Order: sequence, then structure tokens, then C-alpha cells
Amino acid sequence: MIIRIVKYVLSDILRGRVAIAYTLFLLAAGFGLFNLGGDVDKGLVSILSVVLMIVPLTSLVFATIHYYNSYEFIELLSAQPIRRHTLLLGQYLGVAAALGTAFFVGVGLPILLYARTSVGGCILAAGLLLTLVFVAIAFLGAVSTRDKARGMGVALLLWLFFALLFDGILLFIVFTFQDYPMEKAAIGLVALNPIDLARTFVLLQMDVSALMGMTGAVMRDFLGSGAGIAYTLGVLMAWISVPLTLALRAFKRKDL
Amino acid sequence: MTRNRRLRFLSLLGCCASVLGAASAAEPLQSLIDAEAPGSTLRLAATVYTIDEAVNLNKPLSIEGSNGTIIDGQWRDTLMLIGPDASGSTVRGIMFRNGGRSSTREWAGIRIDGASRVTIEDNQFMDCNYGIYLAKAADCVLQGNTVTGKPGIEQNSGNGIHLWSSQRVAIRGNDVSGHRDGIYLEFSGNTLVEENAVHENTRYGLHFMSANDCRYVENRFTANGAGVAVMYSTNVEMTGNLFEKSWGGSAYGLLLKDIRDSHITDNTFHANSTGVYAQGVTRTRFERNLLRENGWALRLLSDGTENEILDNDFIRNSFDFAVNGQLISHRIAGNYWDRYEGYDLRRDGDGDVPYRPVSLYGMLTERVPASLVLLHSFMVQLIDRAERAFPSITPESVVDESPAMKPRRPVAGGPASRLP
Repeated sequence: MIIRIVKYVLSDILRGRVAIAYTLFLLAAGFGLFNLGGDVDKGLVSILSVVLMIVPLTSLVFATIHYYNSYEFIELLSAQPIRRHTLLLGQYLGVAAALGTAFFVGVGLPILLYARTSVGGCILAAGLLLTLVFVAIAFLGAVSTRDKARGMGVALLLWLFFALLFDGILLFIVFTFQDYPMEKAAIGLVALNPIDLARTFVLLQMDVSALMGMTGAVMRDFLGSGAGIAYTLGVLMAWISVPLTLALRAFKRKDL
Repeated sequence: MTRNRRLRFLSLLGCCASVLGAASAAEPLQSLIDAEAPGSTLRLAATVYTIDEAVNLNKPLSIEGSNGTIIDGQWRDTLMLIGPDASGSTVRGIMFRNGGRSSTREWAGIRIDGASRVTIEDNQFMDCNYGIYLAKAADCVLQGNTVTGKPGIEQNSGNGIHLWSSQRVAIRGNDVSGHRDGIYLEFSGNTLVEENAVHENTRYGLHFMSANDCRYVENRFTANGAGVAVMYSTNVEMTGNLFEKSWGGSAYGLLLKDIRDSHITDNTFHANSTGVYAQGVTRTRFERNLLRENGWALRLLSDGTENEILDNDFIRNSFDFAVNGQLISHRIAGNYWDRYEGYDLRRDGDGDVPYRPVSLYGMLTERVPASLVLLHSFMVQLIDRAERAFPSITPESVVDESPAMKPRRPVAGGPASRLP
């Protein structure tokens, strides 16, 4: 059953133009950045910025709009003998698959052509994980908010918080407690923001020289090791599964 | 024809000598040396000479090892001592191993004490506290040697090649690793260090202490605590070297401390935590270097004056330039900064808008290193841009008035992780 829902959602999204436009935008950005910079490594830095900004934004906004737009369809399906759990999970997987594919084509193609490096691979993995995370967060926000306008507001606020405000707060905390050894605490705080987690995950490949010079070398010892990478991926997985579970629970109890 | 015959005769003699050497392996090396007339050639057999105390060379001799000649010191003492009476000697093709280790005495593979015109060539030094130690020597040539130490505690281990108060020494084509300093020059002037490969030494690859008028050219310094440290010296010429992979909290490609009137030209700094760290540097010219993929490319403390930073390429460094205050009478011009976003309407190859290489985020990281976790964050880019538009915190004296639009050297290679 779930596969049929996913198939339906996928074909519905692919028939619309937004997913195509998203792919084309990423393609244009990718090829543009690689060609304009003249330097592959410089291009990768710019692409990382795009991925960290655009992917969460698109995932949040698109998934929220999709949820409200297919609200009637969801209502119709919930009248059928389908478990609500299956219904919402199918919706989530459909949206995530569509956006993930768009991202994979849009960013993967330029990276495959210009930068077949570990950094490129890390950026791809980070972008895919961010897509999954923020579609899950968007579903949680949308399920818990009945009004469409308010749901959009919630999505945009969430994006603003994770993309910008959180780093400001982090910088503030680090500066307030600068007399204390803050390296470990800073790494702990990074886990509270999936965008920052994805960023440090790529950073360890990209700015290896700077991180090696970090006093205390906490980043190298912890995040650079195999255990550190497993930790980063594990926390990102938690960032997918926890909002998704909460959304499923809220949806199950929801008075549609 | 006669010449040919003489050559054959000589080689026959050589054969006899080596056969004799092999037969008398039990005979101590010292008595072999004592038996030779000054100025002659002593050819050692392909065998292990175990010694109990330092072999003393007290007359000019040419000592040649065969393939497989080993002098084993049994971890007791210096292996070979070349005194002032042995000026003009040559030591070639011998493996010196297992030298004495002491924290109070400087035992070495070869110690040249007060001699001049000594050539040490194509030898191997394995696990000697100091490899080659020169004190009060002059006009020596150290060439093609391999000096391999056992990396131990920094305080107890010695240097690969150590010069103290020696003049006009040429150190060329050696491979030095696993020591405290790879090559150490103290109070030694007019020395040339050329085409050496110096790697994995615990402290510095090449270390100058009050060594004036020296040159080091075309060397490769890989993964040392710091590639090169130049301290309290004047008129040092550094050209065409490669400094790479000095990684750590206080690791530098090139560490400059209190030096004057020096030239740093055409070097490559690649993937170091800090490319160049300059403290108390005066009247020094830093020109046409490539700084690529370093954590901090150039860290210049403001106690220096009248330095020139010209025509360098700064590419893909996490931070290009760090200072701890205003710079006084420096000249920064014509560098290529890959973060520069200006334009060149005059079409003269230089950007029309000045560039400020010190970023606000760079300064924040200087003060609180933990904020390094925010590298490449959108927030950080935002505050950097705001600061660039309206500079208020970054020092206004650090500015490149004519930044280059294109790098001088072709951009090749990739991320540090992929390099051999």
C-alpha cells in the first residue's frame, strides 16, 4: 500500500513544474559556480554554501505547501481502510524521494563532472541527508498547524532559525564563555542544528589544515575519527527519525 | 694503453684491499686508520665494524665504504670523530648505526670538530642521536646522505645535521627524518642548504639560530613540527622551497622570529595549519610565493616593520591573513586573493578596488578559537560581508591597493586529502 502512495505522490510532484525548476536551478548553480570560479576547490566551497542554504529552504517550503495542497487527498485516503501511519509515511517518502532525486541530479551531475573527490561526495551526502531532515521537520510543522498561512510562517521561521539565528546564538555563547575551554561544548552544541552538523561533516574534508591547527585539536581527535563520522551521521539520522515519529504520532491523533 | 693497464692494476689493488679488509674484520677500525699514510684512501670491506669507542680520524684520509660497510656503535658513543688534523678528509658510502644516546653529551654519527674542507657523502645514519655534528668547522660539504632517527622525546633526541659555529658549509641533497630538528644551524654563516628532503622531524625541519647570510633553496619540508624556523638571523635567502603538511596547534610551514633583511621568494606553502608565522620581522621581502590550502596562510604580528608582501598567490586557504593589530609601514601589493571580488575596468591586470585580506571572522577566531566550528557558516559570511562594506573592526592598514586579478602560478592540484 505504502509503495502505491509513494508512487502516486512522486508522479504528482513530477508532473508539477516545481521539482523540475529546482533541479534546473541546482544544475545552473552547480555548473555556473564551477565554471565561474575557475578553480574546482573554490567551486566546491560555493556549492557547499548553496547546499546549506537552499536545500533546507526548498525542503521546508515545498514539503509544507505539498502537505496543505494535498490535504483533501489525504482526507479522502483516510476515509479508506488505510492506516494513518502508512498514509503519512507514504506522503513523506514521496516528497523526500522527489526532492532527493532533484538534488541528486542537480548537484550530483556538476560534482560528478568537475570534482570527483571526497569533498564532492561529502557535499552530496550532506545535501541528501539535509533533504530528508528538513522534509521531516516540515511535515511535523505542517501536521501540527491547521492553518496554511501559519504553517508557511512556521516553515520559514524554522529555516531562519536553523540557517542563521542558531549560528548567531552559538557564536554568542562561545564568546560569552570564552574564558572557559569551549571546544567540546561548541561541538556538542553543533549537534543541535542539522545544518551545522552537515557543515562540519564537509568541513573535516575541506578545511583539514585549519582544523588540525585548532587549539586542543578537539575537532581532529573527535569528529575526524571514524567514530566521529559515525556520530555525525547518527545524530543526523536522529534528526530525521525524531521529527518524523513526532509527526506520525500527531497525525494519528489528529482530528482531520 | 698504459693508462688502461694502470687502471686495471689499481682496481686489482682495490680488490686485494677489500679482500684484506674482509679477512681482517676482527681488526679494529682504529688500527686500520692508524696504519694508513696521510692523504691515502682507505677502502673498507662490506662488513660490520663494531666499535666500543669513537673512531678517531687524526690525519687527512679518504675513507670509502663498499656496498654494505657498516660501523656499529652499540649505543655507546660518537662513532667517528674528525679532528682539526684531519682537514681535507672524505667519508663516503658507509652506514653508521646505533650511536650513543645521552641527554648531557652530544654523541653523533660523525662529529667534525675544528676541521675544514671535509666531505661527507652518500652515507647512511641510522638511529644516531645526532647524525652529522659540525663544531667550529669550515668549508665542508655534506651531500647525498640519508639520516634517519628514531623519533623519541623531543628533549632527549638530537638533530639530523647539526652545525655549531661553522662557516661556509654546503648541505645538499640529503634526506633527513625522525630527529628533533632535521638540520640545525647555530652561529653558522654563509651556509647553503639545497635540494634536501626533510620530513617527519619532531620539532623543525630546518632551524636557524643566529645564522646570518645563509641561503636555502629548493628543499622539501614535509610533515615536520614546523617546516623551517628562522630565528635571530639576518640576510637569509629562502627560495623555491616547498613547505607542506605541518599540522598541529603550533605547527607552521615557516616560522620567522626576529629576523631582518631577508628574502622569501618563489616558495610554495601547501596544507599547513599556519603557512607563515612572522614575529618581529623587519625589512623582509615576501614575494611570488604560492600559499594554498593552509589553515592560516600568513600570520603577521604587528611588532615587525617595513616588510613587503608582493605578488603572492593566496588560494583556498581557510584564512588568508591574520594580524594582531595595525601594521606599521608595510607594503602589500599585487597579490592574488581568491576571495577578491573587485573588477578591473582599467584592464591593467590589477583590481581597481583595494582588498582587505583580514576578515572579521578571522579576527574572532583569533580571539576565541572555538568559533572555528562556524567556518563557512552563512552567518559568518554575512558578518564578513557587512564588515567589508563598512570596515570598522578590521585594521585599516592591512590593505592590498592593487590586488591581482589572476594568480601568477597555474592553479593545479586538489584538496589536501588527495595529495601524496
